[in-house]
Amino acid sequence: MLNYLLRRIVSGVVVMGIVSAIVFGIFYILPADPARLSCGKTCSAEQIIKIRHTLELDQTLPVQYGRYIKGIFVGRTYLKGTPAELNCSAPCLGYSFQTDQPVTSLLKDRLPATASIAFGASILWLLIGLSSGIVSALRRGTWVDKFSQGVALGAASLQIYFVGLVLQFIFVNKLDWLPAPGYSSPFQYPLDWMKQMALPWITLAFLLSAIYSRLTRAGMIEIMGEDYVRTARAKGLSNRTINLKHVLRGAITPIVTVFGLDLGGLLGGAVITEYVFNIPGLGKLSTDAVSNLDLPVITGTVIFSAFFIIIANIFVDLLYAVLDPKVRIQ
Amino acid sequence: MNSILKVEGLTKHFPGNKHSLFGKRDVVQAVDGLTFEVEKGEAIALVGESGCGKSTTGRLITRLLEPTAGTITFEGRDITHLSNAEMRPIRADLQIIFQDPYASLNPRHTVGTIVASPFRIGGVTPEGGAKKRVQELLEIVGLNPEHYNRYPHEFSGGQRQRIGIARALALRPKLIVADEPVSALDVSIQAQVINLLKDLQKQFDIAFVFIAHDLAVVRHFAQRVAVMYLGNIVEIADRDTLYSNPKHPYTKALLSAVPEVDPDAIGSRERIRLTGDVPNPINPPSGCRFRTRCWKAQDICASNPPELLHIGSTQVACHFPE
Amino acid sequence: MSSFLEVKNLSVSFPTEDGVVRAVDDMSFSLEKGKTLGIVGESGSGKSVTSLAILGLHKGSSAEVSGQILIDGQDINAIPETEVRLLRGKLMSMIFQDALAALHPYYTVGNQIAEAYLVHNKISKAEAKKRAIEMLDRVGIPEPQKRVDDYPHQFSGGMRQRAMIAMALSCNPSLLIADEPTTALDVTVQAQIIDLLRDLQKEFNTAIILITHDLGVVSETADDILLMYAGKAIEYGTVRDVLQKPQHPYGWGLLTSIPRLTGDPNKSLAAIPGTPPSLISVPGGCAFHPRCSYVSKVGEACSSSIPGLLPVTSGAHHLVRCHLDTAAREEIFRSQVAPNL
Repeated sequence: MLNYLLRRIVSGVVVMGIVSAIVFGIFYILPADPARLSCGKTCSAEQIIKIRHTLELDQTLPVQYGRYIKGIFVGRTYLKGTPAELNCSAPCLGYSFQTDQPVTSLLKDRLPATASIAFGASILWLLIGLSSGIVSALRRGTWVDKFSQGVALGAASLQIYFVGLVLQFIFVNKLDWLPAPGYSSPFQYPLDWMKQMALPWITLAFLLSAIYSRLTRAGMIEIMGEDYVRTARAKGLSNRTINLKHVLRGAITPIVTVFGLDLGGLLGGAVITEYVFNIPGLGKLSTDAVSNLDLPVITGTVIFSAFFIIIANIFVDLLYAVLDPKVRIQ
Repeated sequence: MNSILKVEGLTKHFPGNKHSLFGKRDVVQAVDGLTFEVEKGEAIALVGESGCGKSTTGRLITRLLEPTAGTITFEGRDITHLSNAEMRPIRADLQIIFQDPYASLNPRHTVGTIVASPFRIGGVTPEGGAKKRVQELLEIVGLNPEHYNRYPHEFSGGQRQRIGIARALALRPKLIVADEPVSALDVSIQAQVINLLKDLQKQFDIAFVFIAHDLAVVRHFAQRVAVMYLGNIVEIADRDTLYSNPKHPYTKALLSAVPEVDPDAIGSRERIRLTGDVPNPINPPSGCRFRTRCWKAQDICASNPPELLHIGSTQVACHFPE
Repeated sequence: MSSFLEVKNLSVSFPTEDGVVRAVDDMSFSLEKGKTLGIVGESGSGKSVTSLAILGLHKGSSAEVSGQILIDGQDINAIPETEVRLLRGKLMSMIFQDALAALHPYYTVGNQIAEAYLVHNKISKAEAKKRAIEMLDRVGIPEPQKRVDDYPHQFSGGMRQRAMIAMALSCNPSLLIADEPTTALDVTVQAQIIDLLRDLQKEFNTAIILITHDLGVVSETADDILLMYAGKAIEYGTVRDVLQKPQHPYGWGLLTSIPRLTGDPNKSLAAIPGTPPSLISVPGGCAFHPRCSYVSKVGEACSSSIPGLLPVTSGAHHLVRCHLDTAAREEIFRSQVAPNL
């Protein structure tokens, strides 16, 4: 088991390295000149040269990449030995071209909002999806099944921006049941936090629970035909025990996999959701950065979300080993 | 020596799992140091239980697998390490029939295509054309030649097995490896296929390596029988001698385990019950691999692997043969 | 005097896209405690469907089950699922062919055995685990206290089958149905399992129904044999009667066509022509008639009317379903079958 985990972590680190190299490489191959972008609209040639030197853009690409990586692990000092020396502590992801803030603190500021959306919505869609899928599987062929699968299909075919805007119109503008979506600290203002997150949660959950409902339903139907379920019946177990302890347990593994990946992806920034509801999260940060060609922020958010996705993958693999004894015991 | 196939020291090891990140990888010793010969037109059986390596041996002989060590000589030619391209012309003479009649025929091809495929692959056009030959073959195996254009799913298990046999016969092979050809068939169909194979063997003078786990089936087909245990041959004898006078303890145990159909004859054979299960080919016991279940085992059995030696017409690998 | 298990006129049909399939047609048999009935048949003969019906496992599916299944006087077919469920595992239990598929891959073997026990007994989990270890020991698994925490895939085939037997017998059922329990096992392991079942039967006086296609296995384990073909019982009697003096052409065909360790190996096996029918299109009249070599001795009746399951000679317990009259049957048996047995 430990081996399994070690192997996963090692390959995760390797992938992380490759991703960071590719991202770094692509952004610095862009036709736009980072120094000019950093400087802004009004920029003299002198200033550009000075910035180029400060940002160490006059070094070769591998050197720049090496310093970038060093910055992440150990920290980085710009303009060392000069009076304008700037110490960027680890993990250093550079400074925003737009605001001159350290990218790392930008990410730290925006993470809670994204995390709130991700975790809240995921719990909701898991609950809805699983229960609807279980009910559909147990009542296969009846109107309950057809109805819930129909709703699932309908939900899956809608777009976040459509559903989000419609719900916002109904609940915020017309009925005034909920405040405008946004972010408040859950530790300081828990009630406000929940009310402001309600719409993003419901929107995401509505759309994503469809997949989980179908997965659960299909998985359960498949497992119900397995020999070991027949054995469970032959032992005299109740239907509830069979369905939960034997069938669902057998069907849960692919669901867990998809869940882990979805959650990992969301943590990197629910871009459209944050845009639609104007939530100050990582997604909004990255879309703004792209419009402004704020390269350090873009690089930072891409690497940050890649990190979450890789962690999510490792976690899912681990969960696999926990759930399936054949994986952890040869 | 009139042998068509000679196998010497044939060995196949498969890589298994690794137990730690930098640890050693397990080695599955599927077949170890196999030596035997098959004469022209002779039917020899490889008999044994799961894990004995008989199916692996079948695949090694037909070069579907690459041996780890040892040699395979077919019609005087060393085919041990020939490439696929070099093997192709030889495959006309060396064919294989598989166990599962449902998996070994491509469901998207018609029966005609399946039986004719050896011609296409071998680049050979039979006299009178492929279709005529295919229909001849279908008739030889007892199928209706008009069913040339039907698909496998339209046939029963026993009929599909016949299609596989027809395919194997297409290029007039000199040796056929039959890997459990009747195990997946219903009891009332097995006799039909066994009879067919026997007739074909006599009619076309084909040598057979007949792989099976069922000693009763083997008795009705083979002239010589080789008993395998955990990758080794433990006894080779001609049929009548093996069944009446087995020399290796495992052979005796195997024969005594076959259930008797006649209720009054139950108990007429010596009853030997082995304890435990067949050990793992990853960590076979040292010395004689059967010693952990053998009632005769002594110290020498753990330290010295017994060699396959002649006792009369039988070859047996045991320090204390019967 | 009624037997412990009495099945009367059991029929099981399934609606399918191609029409109604009569998997089991008018089966009747009985079994006493401590005895073994071997149900023998090939694929499609209906033997597994019969066994599932005895456990009431068709309830809730689309199958239609008619007839009576009396276990200790209680008709399993007449009571609702909720009541049958209380009996499953306790009064009657079942073991299956493929132990790896029949055990849950994600729970330990001990957990699954204890579960079988806990369904019918109100005891603590620790006590149930102790019981599981006892059962594993009873079925001959070495180091049971260690192996109780292993998963099914960590057992070898023979050990897994023993574990499944342990699970089925944990509540000491009076009836055990074993559906092809040794078909997937090596012959030396098969012999061990047959011995084990025999020992356990002696110890617990269990009635056993053993389903198999292997005549050797049934000969060594059963007291009575029921031979099935295309959903019907076609011969029923003691093991000696059916295997030494078979009365049905199908039985003749089987006994002369199977390869054996005795007899002349150079003779061609007397194969039965044709293939077993699919249950969707069962031949009219006697289902075996297209493959029967003796239709000429009877005539038209074979293809038009279904013979009844009748005593071989009046008053005999040996029953056969065939149009041949007693004299013709005895003649054929004497001249053609007996020399080949």
